[in-house]
Amino acid sequence: MYQYDNIDQTIVNERVAQFRDQTSRYLSGKLTDDEFRPLRLQNGLYIQRHAPMLRIAIPYGLLSSKQLRKLADIADRFDRGYGHFSTRQNLQLNWPKLEETPDILEELSKVEMHAIQTSGNCIRNITTDQFAGVAPDEIIDPRAIAEILRQWSTFHPEFSFLPRKFKIAVSGSKQDRAIVQAHDIGLEFYYDKKQKMAIRVWVGGGLGRTPILGSVIREHLEWEHALTYCEAIIRVYNLHGRRDNIYKARIKILVKALGIEEFKKQVEAEWLHLKNSPNTINENELKRVAKFFTSMPYEKLNDQDDVFDQAIQNNKAFASWVKRSVHPHKQKGYQSVTLSLKPHGLAPGDATSDQMRIVAELADQYSFGELRVSHEQNLILADVKLKDIFNVWEKAKAHQLATPNIGLLTDIICCPGGDFCSLANAKSIPIATSIQEAFDDLDYLHDIGELELNISGCMNACGHHHIGHIGVLGVDKDGSEWYQVTIGGKQGSDASLGTVIGPSFAAEEMPGVIKKLIDVYIKQRNPEESFIDTVRRIGVNPFKEHVYA
Amino acid sequence: MLNSQLILNQSIIDDEWTFVALPSGNEEIKKQAGKVVLFKLTGESSPSELQINETVIPQNSKIILPLSVYLKNREALKTRLKNNEIALWLATHETLHALITIEKDINIFPLIAIFVERFQDGRIFSLGNLLRTRYQFKNTLRAFGDVLQDQLFYLKRSGFDSYLIKTGKDVHEALKALQSFSDPYQGAVDIKEPVWKRRVRS
Repeated sequence: MYQYDNIDQTIVNERVAQFRDQTSRYLSGKLTDDEFRPLRLQNGLYIQRHAPMLRIAIPYGLLSSKQLRKLADIADRFDRGYGHFSTRQNLQLNWPKLEETPDILEELSKVEMHAIQTSGNCIRNITTDQFAGVAPDEIIDPRAIAEILRQWSTFHPEFSFLPRKFKIAVSGSKQDRAIVQAHDIGLEFYYDKKQKMAIRVWVGGGLGRTPILGSVIREHLEWEHALTYCEAIIRVYNLHGRRDNIYKARIKILVKALGIEEFKKQVEAEWLHLKNSPNTINENELKRVAKFFTSMPYEKLNDQDDVFDQAIQNNKAFASWVKRSVHPHKQKGYQSVTLSLKPHGLAPGDATSDQMRIVAELADQYSFGELRVSHEQNLILADVKLKDIFNVWEKAKAHQLATPNIGLLTDIICCPGGDFCSLANAKSIPIATSIQEAFDDLDYLHDIGELELNISGCMNACGHHHIGHIGVLGVDKDGSEWYQVTIGGKQGSDASLGTVIGPSFAAEEMPGVIKKLIDVYIKQRNPEESFIDTVRRIGVNPFKEHVYA
Repeated sequence: MLNSQLILNQSIIDDEWTFVALPSGNEEIKKQAGKVVLFKLTGESSPSELQINETVIPQNSKIILPLSVYLKNREALKTRLKNNEIALWLATHETLHALITIEKDINIFPLIAIFVERFQDGRIFSLGNLLRTRYQFKNTLRAFGDVLQDQLFYLKRSGFDSYLIKTGKDVHEALKALQSFSDPYQGAVDIKEPVWKRRVRS
């Protein structure tokens, strides 16, 4: 993975000093609340319901075991011994103290980490595929460009006070796992006819209050222009995006208002001036960064392993976990393993500091000391030998990290919701846990098969409910909490937004509603047909009729 | 010590320019969902004819005029412009279009100032960049209005060299912020090359 040189380290150190100064000026009354707010947000610090919340950046979801141990130590020392992995591959601490955040940032800087631009109206953490570099369907490993984007976007002087937040995702695989169509900018890498790395540029996607899938603004962009083309897009947005209404301030609203053709015209006109300007990436820089992301020193192994095969045959629990949690790898004899942060009945995406240390140990022992965070809020050991998978399972299982539910209904994607977040209209974690408890029968869960259930506590959609096969949105009606249900959303290359099935429900009705949706699916499905495909084939009505019958 | 809030480059200096405001017009207060909307959108019509006509232009000093007032009185101001007595200001919602279509060479102005009503209005950075790079403005570029210490570094990198710090804020403290980061990553107006072209990286 990328390693800081003295330039990177100096920038992070100077940021710590800057934020320490800003915090002390705020605490001494020299900065007002309004003046401090964007400064603390650009360091990931929210003022929440019970305490501040600090969001720590995990660039494109990649962590070393050393960094994870540091996060565990920080969670113990400055928080309550746990953290929450978010849908943007970051880590959130729910109970830090405002006056201690500069110290937390200083601790992070010691392991090449920070909280820069994890919130605020600026370019946020760059996200990508959790299987980047190891997926068999990968065309281009997007991590080098993601790192170059991270550096370019860090304290970008022109784009640090945009009309609204700005999210960029990069992807380089056949099957998109980075939801590029649901980002302000999505960069999809491919090889063009001349076998040169090129980018399909998506713009204007986003979830939130007005969910919109992005449009292609450029079918073919040569990779060296990635930064200047983004600058052209963001400059048009910075100048013309709405600043009078926070709900209409995202770039998607500007793109919709102008139409993609007019928007493209303006961007291309701007780009004429920016093309080949100094921020054009050169071969040397790409090479310098790319060498941090070369293949791991894999052993030459067979595709098959007796120890693994026997364990599958002899141990039903192991076999059903493998079915969900083990993913194909480009290298013979290796697999990627997802550790579930979704044990039934606990907050989705949460990990205790002990669990973090266990995962760090597993990464050191079995996966070259690295791990990834997925936007589905699980942790991934990307490079595990077939023969080691059983050992990983046993250890993970002993620490509640091996619930065999990856990709299933109880692998719920969920924001912190009203229990923690001051933006939320309703709680989301208790809905998730009540559904997990209602579907605790593993055989039934596996029979239902692939199903993504996403829960957001408000229309800001941190739980990505619009693209859940089943989406749940917390709404406020006359001061009480209700839940609106959508079905038919999907992430990936054939992404779609869900349709609302009807009036919202009370919290206690929710497990029953999900059961009814599943009943319709079980009854109507064709052999081998997943929930989402059944919804797409038969439409929303049969589900609606049964739920409201 | 000077009793001034004005920074030019790295120093606090006295302001030799007289700022000319527009007479207050019938400002329309827009409300959205109960909140007063403060921002004007880019390109939204600026002062009314009445406001422009009623602006009093001081005769015997170096003055910073609203763009609209300058455009209206362009002929009458020609001599004073030659004497380096005329500078311009515009607000972040105004576009540069009106200026650059009428004045082919904007370096006739010794100073252009941008008014930022609220410090979160990031259009000021794009305007600075465009003035310096696209329109090759070489003279003093000043930020005024809600200009605070914590945005100075970005203003500097976007081409500003003059900052009128908001009244009540410590201008000496603010000076320090111009040095927040020693080696920024990306190329911008002040340092054009990105770090990887400036320095050999390990």
